[in-house]
Amino acid sequence: MRAYLPEYEAVSARTLVEALTLLAQGAGGLDGPAQPPGRRWQPIAGGTDLMVLFSAGKLPAGRYLDIWGIEELRGITVAPSHIDLGALSTFTQVRQHPLLACEFSSLTQAAIESGAIAIQNRGTLGGNIANASPAADSPPALLCYDAELELVSLRGARWVPYAEFHTGYKQMQRASDELIVRIRLPRLSAVERERQVHYYRKVGTRKAQAISKVCFAGSFVRDGERLSRVRIALGSVAPIPLRCPRTEAVLEGAVPTSAVIAAAQEVLGSEIAPIDDIRSTQDYRRTVAQNLLFDFLAQAALH
Amino acid sequence: MGAITLKVNGKQVTVDAAPRTLLVELLREPLQLTGTHVGCDTSQCGSCTVLVDGRSIKACTMLAVEAAGTEVTTIEGLAQGGRLHPMQEAFQSCHGLQCGFCTPGMILSAVDCLKQNPTADERDVREWLEGNICRCTGYHNIVKAVLSCRDRMAQSKEG
Ligand SMILES: Cc1cc2nc3c(=O)[nH]c(=O)nc-3n(C[C@H](O)[C@H](O)[C@H](O)COP(=O)(O)OP(=O)(O)OC[C@H]3O[C@@H](n4cnc5c(N)ncnc54)[C@H](O)[C@@H]3O)c2cc1C
Ligand code: FES
Ligand code: FES
Repeated sequence: MRAYLPEYEAVSARTLVEALTLLAQGAGGLDGPAQPPGRRWQPIAGGTDLMVLFSAGKLPAGRYLDIWGIEELRGITVAPSHIDLGALSTFTQVRQHPLLACEFSSLTQAAIESGAIAIQNRGTLGGNIANASPAADSPPALLCYDAELELVSLRGARWVPYAEFHTGYKQMQRASDELIVRIRLPRLSAVERERQVHYYRKVGTRKAQAISKVCFAGSFVRDGERLSRVRIALGSVAPIPLRCPRTEAVLEGAVPTSAVIAAAQEVLGSEIAPIDDIRSTQDYRRTVAQNLLFDFLAQAALH
Repeated sequence: MGAITLKVNGKQVTVDAAPRTLLVELLREPLQLTGTHVGCDTSQCGSCTVLVDGRSIKACTMLAVEAAGTEVTTIEGLAQGGRLHPMQEAFQSCHGLQCGFCTPGMILSAVDCLKQNPTADERDVREWLEGNICRCTGYHNIVKAVLSCRDRMAQSKEG
């Protein structure tokens, strides 16, 4: 028998079933014991994360499954209660969708500010999520909008609240035989939408094609003087894209006076866990996050 | 190795390539279309930009097998019947290049820009070209070239 030599294999799946069948191979289960990661198929969508690793010589040899051609993973559909985005929705498709710009403008903004056009034409929302980078730019927006993910394998389909999806640095609730097929954004009622304020801000070294030092997404619904449905989520300040329920709790139902804002900034400072790395320092990130919270809440006064 | 069939600059080609081959390598090596440049290994510079099914993408972010069945346009495919594409002419007349390294990617991005938005203004063009890095020109003349091409194309439509 020949020794196993690690090599790159790449095939293109045309249908979801075809892709799931390959992903199930070696995952353990009916067709035999689990195989080492190098013998399992890994999905590749737009390739804008994977191919950078590849060119740097950091992508392990193995089996890559191109899912770009799978129609079932495409399309943005609007229902009265939610909007579904196929996992292969590109940043270009997201930024061009008029209803998203209206009701989920932070996601639109994230798409506009991600990479540049040629990256936006290939980079997908599913890839942005599954790459599981704490610095990715759409996750904070998705967290603000209570997104849910549908994961599918030959074993079946399941929905996972996005806020529970990332479990640790590069760890997530996705088994190796599962694909993210769609992202669901629940829509607010017309009355709530009228009063909703969206805020999205990415801070990096330069405007285009720079990985964020801090990314902040926030939203609330105005209830007279008070804030309701407060959502705050940040990127690049923790091992995972982070929703901040403790900071939200300070603000929920409150009138954003300067004392309340200061209290929220204080809590945010302890809720995030930024680090020093090549892009920035922990102190800078904490200060910027707190300043962005202030800027976000200043919108309450403007609206 | 596996056979990959795609259309490049209007011609159907079939090439034998290893699964790990990038689209940019397929274009430059077996197909000898060396106008598509490689300026980085982080997918940031944009000098490898080509059109795949009409939209600009970075050919270093795509495996050749992923391009099977698509239609690819490179800088070599823009001129028609011995005449430069209006965008190429505009880059020439506005001095939109110096060393020329970024130019093929820049031109293909610019072609996609005007196709998607034929009335793009300076801001739109500058934003569109954010993913194409030029270390010589300071961008000013590049933007001028794209805007002059836009005006010329608008005129020829009216005329
Ligand atoms: C120049 C440049 C600039 C960039 N700028 C930004 C930026 O500003 N902000 C930002 O957030 N990102 C940025 N990125 C990163 C990248 O473009 C995004 O993360 C993009 O969304 C990745 O999507 P993709 O389809 O290309 O992923 P791929 O590279 O194809 O895949 C990424 C990971 O996701 C997995 N995967 C993909 N789809 C699925 C699925 N449906 N189900 C399960 N797993 C899946 C793959 O197996 C892989 O592990 C940039 C990249 C480059 C090269
Ligand atoms: S070679 Fe630099 S972006 Fe492709
Ligand atoms: S002309 Fe030299 S890099 Fe642009």
